[in-house]
Amino acid sequence: MEEVKPDVRALAFARQALKNLFMKPATTSYPFEPASYPERMRGHVELVAEDCIGCGLCMRSCPPGAIRVDRQEGIWSINRFDCVQCESCVNACPKKCLKMAAGYTQPETEKAEERFEILKKQEK
Amino acid sequence: MAKRSIVPFGPQHPVLPEPVHLDLVLEDETVVGAIPSIGFIHRGLEKLVEKKDFKQYVYIAERVCGICSCGHGMGYCESVERVMGIEIPRRAEYLRTIWVEMSRVHSHLLWLGLLADAMGFESLFMECWRLREKILDMFDRTTGGRIIFSVNCVGGVLKDMDGAMLRAIRETVDQMEQELEPIMTTFIKDYSVQLRLRGLGILSREQAILQGAVGPMLRGSGVEYDTRMLGYAAYGDLDMEPIVGTDGDAYARCEVRAREIVQSFNLIREAIDKIPQGPISVPVKGNPQGEYFMRIEQPRGEAIYYTKGNGTKFLDRFRLRTPTTSNIPPMVEMLKGCQLGDVPLLILTIDPCISCTER
Repeated sequence: MEEVKPDVRALAFARQALKNLFMKPATTSYPFEPASYPERMRGHVELVAEDCIGCGLCMRSCPPGAIRVDRQEGIWSINRFDCVQCESCVNACPKKCLKMAAGYTQPETEKAEERFEILKKQEK
Repeated sequence: MAKRSIVPFGPQHPVLPEPVHLDLVLEDETVVGAIPSIGFIHRGLEKLVEKKDFKQYVYIAERVCGICSCGHGMGYCESVERVMGIEIPRRAEYLRTIWVEMSRVHSHLLWLGLLADAMGFESLFMECWRLREKILDMFDRTTGGRIIFSVNCVGGVLKDMDGAMLRAIRETVDQMEQELEPIMTTFIKDYSVQLRLRGLGILSREQAILQGAVGPMLRGSGVEYDTRMLGYAAYGDLDMEPIVGTDGDAYARCEVRAREIVQSFNLIREAIDKIPQGPISVPVKGNPQGEYFMRIEQPRGEAIYYTKGNGTKFLDRFRLRTPTTSNIPPMVEMLKGCQLGDVPLLILTIDPCISCTER
């Protein structure tokens, strides 16, 4: 036997559907309007190359192995395609020269490492 | 006598982009049996625990699933912390609880939207997902990510929430509760929704227990069981009772999930009121030695995390049993007797996440 349910309504969503017709869109019309990013957004990793001491802790803490630090050549490089924006390197950096910046990196046609020259101060 | 035939269903099917395959045994249009098979998107994430150290593995554990990522990170961290005998600060436990409950709201709203879409109720689907955006924005503001939060670490959490953030969450939750009201009314009381869901895919209480159903699937069949009652994280301090359905049909499962959103709102508010001040993490020294079996309640149901450490920084074994793994046998059971046209909707009512299941 089907249980009798007294509180059954027909067209229960009609009012909200009509209301939605006259509401402004919930979405932002990007790219015509700029996207707004919150302060903590983990968009991409940024390096202040002047402060980097090339300790390699970021390279060791990086789960996908996207960061490479070469003390001999004085190069800090990151493969943006491998990076998962986990912020692990930022937390590991003793000099606080790494930070997560808002906004995503641009799409590329080829996988390439982004290289930064580090350890210039020590050479002088 | 009805003609018996086998119809392959999936891995590409009209429900949602989760590759599950079923061989449906039909008598005319009625399903008399179903043979499930998975294995299309195995990623070998458990094996990676041998190559990544136990602190790095948190980032892999939370990538097991895109919807319950915070819960997976938390479950892994809690199991490792218990192996190592680490007691994390209370504030960290509260922060984890708030984020996990926000994940539950996000997961259930996503599922309700998918259900509305499967019923052909497009405007309701849009409304659910519009509302879900608000909670995703709060994730973005508090953790820096919309889906993958990367806030859990062994020993606590990596990010704190200041008073302004907690107030913003509370205001968002209050506003969402008001906006959820027409959605709730539609799912619970609308005639066309009831016509589509009532009496469909009935899973009896006995069968739910026998087949090992978990989460809203189990509670929809009238079993009062919720892993959160064990009191892990901050749940021991919070006032909650499992939301239970009665009929065990698709409608009951929908109702349980819809009511759980309101329950999560209440838990978030209570946690914000009770959150203590203090540190958010403790330093972790040494490596895990021993094993632990951790259970937590994910939005889809009970998830199990088994961790075995050998005293080095690489764990011996990490085993994760996701809720969908447990819900596949009851799904096969409830499919028996239904019509072929109802199969997509019934598969959806278990809230399948095959990517989690295969890890």
